[in-house]
Amino acid sequence: MSEQKPAVPSRWALWLPLVLFGAFVALVLYGLQRPAERDVRSAMIGKPLPQFSLRAATDDRPGLSFADMADGKPKLLNIFASWCIPCAVEAPQLAQLRAQGIDVVGVAIRDKPDDLKAFLLRHGNPFSRIGADDVSAIQFAVGSSGVPESFVIDGKGTIRYQHIGEIRADQVEMIVKKVREAGQ
Amino acid sequence: MIATLGLAALWLAAALALLQLLGGALALRAKGNPLVAALRPVAMIQGMLASLAMICLIVLFCQTDLSVALVATNSHSAKPLLYKFAGSWGNHEGSMLLWVAVMAAAGGVVAWVERRLPERTILATLGAQAFVSLGFYAFLLFASNPFTRLDPAAPEGQGLNPLLQDPGLAFHPPTLYIGYVGLSVAFSFAVGALLTREVSPTFARAMRPWVLGAWIFLTLGILFGSYWAYYELGWGGWWFWDPVENASLMPWLAATALLHSVSVLAARNALRAWTVMLGVVAFSMSMVGTFLVRSGILVSVHAFAVDPTRGQFILALLAINIGAALAVFGLRAASVTEGERFTLTSREGALVFNNVMLTGALGIVLIGTLYPLIAETVGARVSVGPPYFNPATAIFVLPMLVVMAIGPLLRWRRDSMKRISPLLLVPALLALCGLAFGISRGIGVLPLLGVALASGLVVASVTPLWGRKLRTVKLPLWGMVTAHLGVALALGGMASDSAFTKEKLVAARPGDTIAVGPWSLTFTKVKPIAGSNWTAIEATLEAGYDGGKPITLKPQARAFWSPPQGTNESALATRWNGQLYAVLGEQAEDGRWQLRLWWKPFVTLIWLGGMLVALGGLLALFGRVASDLRRLIAVDKIAYRRRRQGP
Repeated sequence: MSEQKPAVPSRWALWLPLVLFGAFVALVLYGLQRPAERDVRSAMIGKPLPQFSLRAATDDRPGLSFADMADGKPKLLNIFASWCIPCAVEAPQLAQLRAQGIDVVGVAIRDKPDDLKAFLLRHGNPFSRIGADDVSAIQFAVGSSGVPESFVIDGKGTIRYQHIGEIRADQVEMIVKKVREAGQ
Repeated sequence: MIATLGLAALWLAAALALLQLLGGALALRAKGNPLVAALRPVAMIQGMLASLAMICLIVLFCQTDLSVALVATNSHSAKPLLYKFAGSWGNHEGSMLLWVAVMAAAGGVVAWVERRLPERTILATLGAQAFVSLGFYAFLLFASNPFTRLDPAAPEGQGLNPLLQDPGLAFHPPTLYIGYVGLSVAFSFAVGALLTREVSPTFARAMRPWVLGAWIFLTLGILFGSYWAYYELGWGGWWFWDPVENASLMPWLAATALLHSVSVLAARNALRAWTVMLGVVAFSMSMVGTFLVRSGILVSVHAFAVDPTRGQFILALLAINIGAALAVFGLRAASVTEGERFTLTSREGALVFNNVMLTGALGIVLIGTLYPLIAETVGARVSVGPPYFNPATAIFVLPMLVVMAIGPLLRWRRDSMKRISPLLLVPALLALCGLAFGISRGIGVLPLLGVALASGLVVASVTPLWGRKLRTVKLPLWGMVTAHLGVALALGGMASDSAFTKEKLVAARPGDTIAVGPWSLTFTKVKPIAGSNWTAIEATLEAGYDGGKPITLKPQARAFWSPPQGTNESALATRWNGQLYAVLGEQAEDGRWQLRLWWKPFVTLIWLGGMLVALGGLLALFGRVASDLRRLIAVDKIAYRRRRQGP
């Protein structure tokens, strides 16, 4: 094998680290400035949920289908996963919502049954139904891009409100209000 | 009195740091300037003063001086002395003071002992160190003064949170901190060498002990943190790819790459620009990690007191320091030639490959950690978990481990695979056995590769000792062999844990018997117990291994009331071949208790291997420092003789 000299990077390449670092700083500056309120007007608000039917994700709760969502009672649809850290942070707030009489139903995204069981054991299970969405199909259909995300659904299966990211302690009352409004 | 002394010392140290920066800048131009001549003493005194300020704070905490605001908010007269002591850095202001003190002390030691490099390079290095410190001094003095007084003094302190009274928590953060800050010396050396165009093997030898030392502390810090999460969180896992964990992993990956490239530079005068770049990147990752953790910009399972304004301050510091260093790199690196040549099949070739792989893994972790932020710019809020991190890092780490087996056997400059292939026969056979064993057990792809690689690596890592007289083997070689063996064992532990763990999630009543792997557990009773500020339900389990004498395990589900919080105290039984891990969950409506049980074969190898990695670093450090000292003493003797013989 011939001896080779490692290619000398061009002068421009030497500035690449600084450029990448600049991008990083811009990114976190944006992150620091982001508004505290992070709900967005989704294009799906006011539209009905798509037709779907998900198998049960755990042994002790039934699965979830469109018919369950249009049974006349308003619900909070929570999209979560056991591998998602903000979901663990959100758990106490979901428990509070449950305690206030809100019907919380869940969709577990790309999860393994054992992991899910352990997650619910550890963080409590506020859900009356949990559907397993192994290919993120429902997630995309309702215009959700990540976990966790929550939707307020009225009794007819129409999306009334979309909340991106975890529900924080100071947002519980707001969510309760939204669900109650959806029930009227 | 002591608080005043501490504050005065801090101000003086900051003033000296400013002087040190000016002197370092002057040293690049003027010779014979008195400030330049005084630079080394200035750096040493700055180190002493900053250390004095930290000692003052520790004394204030140990005495519980409640006229100091920081003590009053974070300590309590009834705390055990150990936690008063550790409390001095267990808060934002104190941890920043510790950061500055370690940084200044390290700069002082460089000024005191380092004489191999040209004087200009050392002075520029000290100037760079002062440049970085100054930002932190400003942060401390103007935005988070640890010595602020209360008048009148508080009647009692407010910091009696028993949740934080854990020996692991007391010493885990400073261990990581010392590692982070130790990398600042490598950073300053890199900047100093770039400014004076003095990237040489001597530079690498001067920088190496600092990199090694920082890397040992980082390794230990990550190990403690991982074991703490394992037994404390009660999730049965030992690594969660949480932002706070990644924040400590990224500097470690960069430091590991730097450690190896610095050796190439020291031994062969190659990889010059690359080593300098890694020196900048390693400390940058420390600062980025600290920023991500402290600013609260990412959601983490680790609760930290976060404050966005502090986040902005750290971001400003980080932008100035790293931005300046990268700009110097852009300006000067073109004049740093790449150095000596080598072929791909050579020790250098293998080290370059592994450097690239480590950097790739670093990129994967960085992108994964920042991904939630990137996604947010388009309005989404997401979390990236193990489904991304595990396979993506494996792409880089697994090939790296293969080369780790081969590289140490290769000669510098040029070699052939033919020469060393007989030495690789045994490791290759063992790897095949591991592969066959894994396939016969039907385990997943990643654990399978892990088991196979670990089996081969256990032997390959000690093969460099083959054919040598063990008594003449130098300490750094022992260090390398020990560290690589540690990597093999840790990999084996990880693979075994993910492939062979037996898990049971059951609802049981007292009297029930549950089998997990080779264990048989009898659930004998549940009783409530009360602690100082918590109540708990405690289960008693009699666990017998393979029909042997039973061991008692007592997992608890605890509820704290101040602050209200529930925790699971897991119970562990450790055997030579693994750990039994038990967690008590909630009571179901029918009166049965949820129990989560794991039998984790060889999981302890993860931390045992990790300790060996750190020990290997320590051996190498001792070896390097001892030979440096011998050389230093010899040089001093010659200088002394010359002076005596002089005119």
